[in-house]
Amino acid sequence: MKISMIRPVFLLMTLSLLLGTMAQANDAPYTFESVRDEKRYKALIEELRCPKCQNNNIADSNASVSVDLRRLVYEQIQQGRNNDEIKTYFSDRYGDFVLYDPPVKSTTLIIWFGPLVALLLSAIVLLAVIRARQKRVIPPDPDQAMLDDQLEQFDKDLP
Amino acid sequence: MSLSRWLVAGLPIVGFIGLALVLMSGIGKDPSILPSMLIGKQAPEFELPLLYEPEQIVSKQDLLGQQYFINVWGSWCPTCQYEHPFIEQMSNEMNLTVVGLNWKDTRDEATRWLKQFGNPYETILFDDIGTTGIDFGVAAAPETFLISADGTVLAKYAGQLTPEVFDTTFADMLTP
Amino acid sequence: MIPELGQLALILALLLAGMQCVLPLIGAVTGNMTWVRVGRPTAYASGLFVLLGFIALTISFVQQDFSVVYVATNSNSLLPLHYRFTAVWGGHEGSLLLWTLVLSMWTVAVALFSRNLPEIFLGRVMAVMGLISIGFLSFMLFTSNPFQRHLPGLPEGNDLNPLLQDIGMIVHPPLLYMGYVGLAVAFAFAVAALMEGRMDSRWVKWSRPWTNLAWAFLTIGITLGSWWAYYELGWGGWWFWDPVENGSFMPWLAATALIHSQAVTEKRGAFKNWTILLSLSAFSLSLLGTFLVRSGVITSVHAFASDPERGIFILAFLGVISGGSLALFAIRSAKLNSGGTFTLASRETLLLSNNLIFSVTTVMVLLGTLFPLIAEAFNWGKVSLGPPYFGFMFFIMMIPAIALMPLGPFSHWKQDNARRWFDNSIWIMLLTLVGAAAIYAAMMSFSPELIVWTSDDFLGKAWQFLKPWLGMVGALWVMLMTLKWTIDYVRKARARNAPLSRGLLGMATAHFGVGVFLIGVTMVISSSTEKDIRMADGESFDVKGYLFTFVGTDRYQGPNYLADRGHFEITYDGDYVSSLYPEKRSYLSGGDIMTEAAVDAGAFRDLFVSLGEPLTDDRDVWSVRIYHKPFIRWIWLGGLIIMLGGILAATDRRYLSRRTEETSKTVPERAVT
Repeated sequence: MKISMIRPVFLLMTLSLLLGTMAQANDAPYTFESVRDEKRYKALIEELRCPKCQNNNIADSNASVSVDLRRLVYEQIQQGRNNDEIKTYFSDRYGDFVLYDPPVKSTTLIIWFGPLVALLLSAIVLLAVIRARQKRVIPPDPDQAMLDDQLEQFDKDLP
Repeated sequence: MSLSRWLVAGLPIVGFIGLALVLMSGIGKDPSILPSMLIGKQAPEFELPLLYEPEQIVSKQDLLGQQYFINVWGSWCPTCQYEHPFIEQMSNEMNLTVVGLNWKDTRDEATRWLKQFGNPYETILFDDIGTTGIDFGVAAAPETFLISADGTVLAKYAGQLTPEVFDTTFADMLTP
Repeated sequence: MIPELGQLALILALLLAGMQCVLPLIGAVTGNMTWVRVGRPTAYASGLFVLLGFIALTISFVQQDFSVVYVATNSNSLLPLHYRFTAVWGGHEGSLLLWTLVLSMWTVAVALFSRNLPEIFLGRVMAVMGLISIGFLSFMLFTSNPFQRHLPGLPEGNDLNPLLQDIGMIVHPPLLYMGYVGLAVAFAFAVAALMEGRMDSRWVKWSRPWTNLAWAFLTIGITLGSWWAYYELGWGGWWFWDPVENGSFMPWLAATALIHSQAVTEKRGAFKNWTILLSLSAFSLSLLGTFLVRSGVITSVHAFASDPERGIFILAFLGVISGGSLALFAIRSAKLNSGGTFTLASRETLLLSNNLIFSVTTVMVLLGTLFPLIAEAFNWGKVSLGPPYFGFMFFIMMIPAIALMPLGPFSHWKQDNARRWFDNSIWIMLLTLVGAAAIYAAMMSFSPELIVWTSDDFLGKAWQFLKPWLGMVGALWVMLMTLKWTIDYVRKARARNAPLSRGLLGMATAHFGVGVFLIGVTMVISSSTEKDIRMADGESFDVKGYLFTFVGTDRYQGPNYLADRGHFEITYDGDYVSSLYPEKRSYLSGGDIMTEAAVDAGAFRDLFVSLGEPLTDDRDVWSVRIYHKPFIRWIWLGGLIIMLGGILAATDRRYLSRRTEETSKTVPERAVT
């Protein structure tokens, strides 16, 4: 969501002009032999990050290096290279930085498996806590009794 | 207090401190700097024609045997103009070998540009399609690489080269 | 003169906010009720001066006073009048002023509508709001003064970023800020409850309508941002998982958990700590979003020009607000195991699952957003996390959420049995599975390329195959179950002649909106057609039966730009559909090139055309982008419905009535840890 803060992009665009990334390149669209190749091309250029932009993939960026990288993706698809080979080609040159889909390795284990492990662990803890609570006798609590009364009234309205 | 009570009370604040440390580590750093993948590795192979002599092809092997800089530039790049006087200084006063990599340019415009601003380069490789630049991991001109006599990439700087940048990035690695 | 008055107004606002913060707290400690009562009038006065400051900045923009640095950097003599108003929040300093103004508005609203709250409690709420106000006003005055002069004045301004010269800019930031900042109210209530040491269901009842309202604004703010990005950025994307987008999405996720957790605490007295913690987190994440946008620690398409000083200030402020409140929480958090008992199959468990999933998802987005920073700090190299990562993880996280969501309303508090849930939902479950398969088959016949694999490996193919089906199952499941629940509920209420609860209807509306949103997302990600082609004058191109004819381009001059305007005629089966005029604008002030896409919007598909580059010197051949995006409006329609649900729930009679106070008096004091 494009928060209001695009103003400085202006500044950065000026900056990139100075660095010469915006040099116009003749960016004619490509034609493909098969739907599969076209879809692969689309998918790949959306997953590769433009190395000289703020945070854009090479599909959405008009920086001149993006135009070149798109051309290289196209050429390699035409040469029959598979997705992994093409991605490796780019990460060899620009590092994992250009892959929006970071490869699973020791340093990225936490982002790929951390959230899932956290979800599972907390679900287990939760189940254990609820079960334990059910067994415990909780002393009567006037506040709670009032809520319980209100609740009976409330539940009648529900399907 | 029980262990779980401690956990409930303490975990959030500990988490927050961790978060704050991470945020603090980033302040003042420039996240757009992209380090080269090539540092300490062999420079990529290339075979390119020279800017002034299109029929003569120069390869990486031809340049081995001495330490040299590769300066990636184009006539379309304003920052290259700004750093040009320093490149001349490197070549003329500091007696360093600077090889130009004319990137994504046309011969006409490149030669006109050099005529106007001067030619400090030992040799100028002409890479109009830009693939060699990409093999070097160039994202935008200007970029400068220091290559050792055996063809290893020692250091890289992206952006305008200045005396200060030169001192911090390259000066330690120069062989006399 | 005007800028100086504005400056003065902000200084006075800061002083008043200081009184609003300090006096009620001292009063509460010493028992001096006069001091406690100072909170409200000072809040009104401080709000008034912030408003005057805002008006002063607006006048400076309208009058084009280029001696004000901020005006000169964000405006230009050619800028049309209506954009001079929006340029006020087009940059860092002014958007901070808008932030502060919105905060004042919320504070004034709380002061106005919460008069029936106990005075000390309200005094503390005012104090906390005042503290936040102090933070932002001093941030503005000390590091980012919008009224900074540049004398002598500059002859001409720099211009407002062309991306912001758009209708989206008028509505999106204020609404988004309403949501962002509105979470400060829930935060203030939670902190006041912590100070008081009474974390029973009482404060939650007071806090709920405010939280719902803020959440509704946040929902619509994010939705509008997505819609704006879609047509204004020129590449038809509606969500990019950019750090700044995530910065607004994390508070939303936390607030979503919060409104569900509040339901349990209010009704059952359970999860008290959790509700407090979520109230603190949701607003802290708002501040974190502000930090991410303005500190420059992360690369984003939307970041403001940043400097480390600002980052340090916000971080310090975050430390005071979040660190301070969490420390208070550590001291004061309620006894464990408080609240009523419930069994495994109960509404409490379902709501707790919601909380679990949304909290973990928030952490996932947080981790993903900050991971480049973490990797950098540990020297793991540069990494990028983008849509492939977040999209996948978010999808996985949402599977259990969507599966459990429609069961929530059907379930009973305290004790229920899973058998009953099963009986209630089995037919809809079957209908959903079959219906989704049928829709999938229809989608495949409509766009056969749906199952042309982009991936090489089996897992990738399976994922590509399953995703649309799962999305459709989720959408139907949520929508049908919610409809069934609503019908059952309305019938039963009618039969008993009971009034309908807006809270419950709002909940059903919002849940239904999630289903609508899911349909949109599923269709767009699986069946969109995107063509990048080369077109010469007079050529036609067919996309999904729509024939796009490129009539040609002309050049015209707008108020502050020159444009190439393309003309496309679209027909379907020979019948006229629409004429589209995408533009390529070159702004006179900075030379920025902007792609203005043209969209023919429809309930079931959008036709989207944008101009690329001219491919010949005569400018008669262009690269052109043509998109066919089925059901994309449903994404934003879903967001709109979700927002309406939030507003409906916030206006529930229970919150509006004076009964709040009566109930609170009958609740006996409880022991506190």
